[in-house]
Amino acid sequence: MQTILKADNIVKHFYQPEPFEVLKGVSFEAKKGEFLSVIGKSGCGKSTLLYILSTLDTDYQGSLQMNGETLTGLTQNALSRFRNEHLGFVFQFHYLLPEFTALKNVMLPALKLGKYSDKEIEERAYEKLSWMDMQDYALKPASRLSGGQQQRVAIARALVNDPAIIMGDEPTGNLDQANTQIIFDIFMKLSKENGQTIIAVTHDTDFASASDRIIEMSDGTVIN
Amino acid sequence: MRNLRLALDIAITHLLAKKRQTIIAMLGVMFGISMFIVMISFMQGVNQFTLDLALDGSPHVRIYNPIKNDRTSIIEQQNPDADALYVVHHQKPKSELPKIKNGMRILHELEQWPGVQQAAPNLSTQVFYNSGSVQFAGNMIGCDILKENVLYDLENKMVEGNLEDLLTNTDGILLGDELAEKMNVKVGDRISISTPQGNLLLMRVVGTFSFGFSAVDGIRSYATLASVQKILQKDPQYITDLVIRLEDYTQAKALAKTLTTIYGYTAEDWETTNAAILAGEVIRNVMTFVVSLAMLVVAGFGIYNIMNMSIINKLKDIAILKATGFESRNIVSIFLMQSIIIGLLGGILGVMVGGFFSYLISITPFPSGTGFNIPTFPVLFEVKYYVLGIVFGFLTTLFAGWFPSRRASKVDPVAIIRG
Repeated sequence: MQTILKADNIVKHFYQPEPFEVLKGVSFEAKKGEFLSVIGKSGCGKSTLLYILSTLDTDYQGSLQMNGETLTGLTQNALSRFRNEHLGFVFQFHYLLPEFTALKNVMLPALKLGKYSDKEIEERAYEKLSWMDMQDYALKPASRLSGGQQQRVAIARALVNDPAIIMGDEPTGNLDQANTQIIFDIFMKLSKENGQTIIAVTHDTDFASASDRIIEMSDGTVIN
Repeated sequence: MRNLRLALDIAITHLLAKKRQTIIAMLGVMFGISMFIVMISFMQGVNQFTLDLALDGSPHVRIYNPIKNDRTSIIEQQNPDADALYVVHHQKPKSELPKIKNGMRILHELEQWPGVQQAAPNLSTQVFYNSGSVQFAGNMIGCDILKENVLYDLENKMVEGNLEDLLTNTDGILLGDELAEKMNVKVGDRISISTPQGNLLLMRVVGTFSFGFSAVDGIRSYATLASVQKILQKDPQYITDLVIRLEDYTQAKALAKTLTTIYGYTAEDWETTNAAILAGEVIRNVMTFVVSLAMLVVAGFGIYNIMNMSIINKLKDIAILKATGFESRNIVSIFLMQSIIIGLLGGILGVMVGGFFSYLISITPFPSGTGFNIPTFPVLFEVKYYVLGIVFGFLTTLFAGWFPSRRASKVDPVAIIRG
């Protein structure tokens, strides 16, 4: 299977409130279509690792390759374009734009990418929403949706540009059991049917154990 | 282009989501711009009014023979030694007539001069208008009334009587309406006039005129050249001034200079004559711009504040936009566009409100008894002020929105998303 993500000896320091080495040389690879869970105790650096993998955090040592491209050292704007096209995000606190409808929230990254016409983008956004079973809520303002609904819209948004990798920071962190199951099934389906790589940081051991592979972290290193 | 359209879409959604804030920011710009419009229209109106006043009440160029006091003393003329120093105390001006020699020939030449619309001979003298035992000081101008009419449009300034009556009455006189009122005389009444030399003449009032300000209407009178020559006991060639109206009054300064060198008499242009009135123009212009600028700066700070607040409220949104692939410049455009939309709409509202208030001022009656006879406050309506207003509004908001927008684009998404 093709390697889609390769992190090599990632080292990250925090300087506030006092100098501290969060990541002490993390290396791992992810294959196409793999569903990875990253687990570990609070403060072990798993979220920090995820933000480095997501290219949002560029202040680290080591190198990062994704989709065959070396991302370490690229400009912020180049990274923005890369994220736009190849990465999808799901955050713990949904983070939809509250003034926009669910549909518009899903469409925005695609409108930014500009690969398709507005009409096609709308169709694709509807398609992604229907995968999440959210098509009936498409025209509701994001602020009117429940937590689980918002999270599903956020996943639809992460999918709209058909990214190679989808990253989740506690994607089910504040959802109930039923919603967690729905989201898990969606992730599983994406990795198996679409060949998209999922990397999810989680506290939920049930969620993790059901995924393809678990990366366990402790004190800034991968232990398993 | 596509990115700009998307940014505009997001900007408009943000503005509509916070209607009250948007409207308040717009009102700030609106007040600034409307104040600017009102100020500049009114001040320029006043400028135009004073300019008209200056051009109305004085000729474009006036040639006269001033009484000189700086002649060389006789002792110097007799002993022209460059090294010698002669001191003559209390030298008095020579008893010289303020006459323009060969005036009628110069007049004839001036009438042929290119750019000169009309030249006219004047014989002006100080006189006393006797009203019973009271004397009013004033001045009397002997003139060719038809030529004078071309210069000052006297026909339209007549309150009573006719200009032509001056031609048919050898002892006719036209009085300023305020002067006539002071003396309590009407058309057809006779008045007596005396000169500083003590000569007395009886004249018949054939008309009254009004220039619209007391400095003229309260002291001036017109009579024929012959009448004034008679009261002064001078010859029929005696004139003291030549007054000129040009086709283009901006040429006056240049022509005055030329005429001074050619004829050797002092030629004074209208700007020099009215320096006191026109000096106010510079002050008014500075004042207009200072006040308008202050208003715009205040409006600009308002927008700066509101944009800053809005960005603090939108930190999460900015983080999410950046995380999903929006570049820094996209973020700048989103927030800058909000600012520009506020500026443009505020500017357009501002010129409308400004235009309305300018109109209100322009129909407000001007208080009487100020020495100026105009019905309402002078206001100038000119398209360029309105265009300028919108441009100023646009620039102010562009400037005020720039810094908050830059700040928004520098938001670190990791810091926000991690909480």
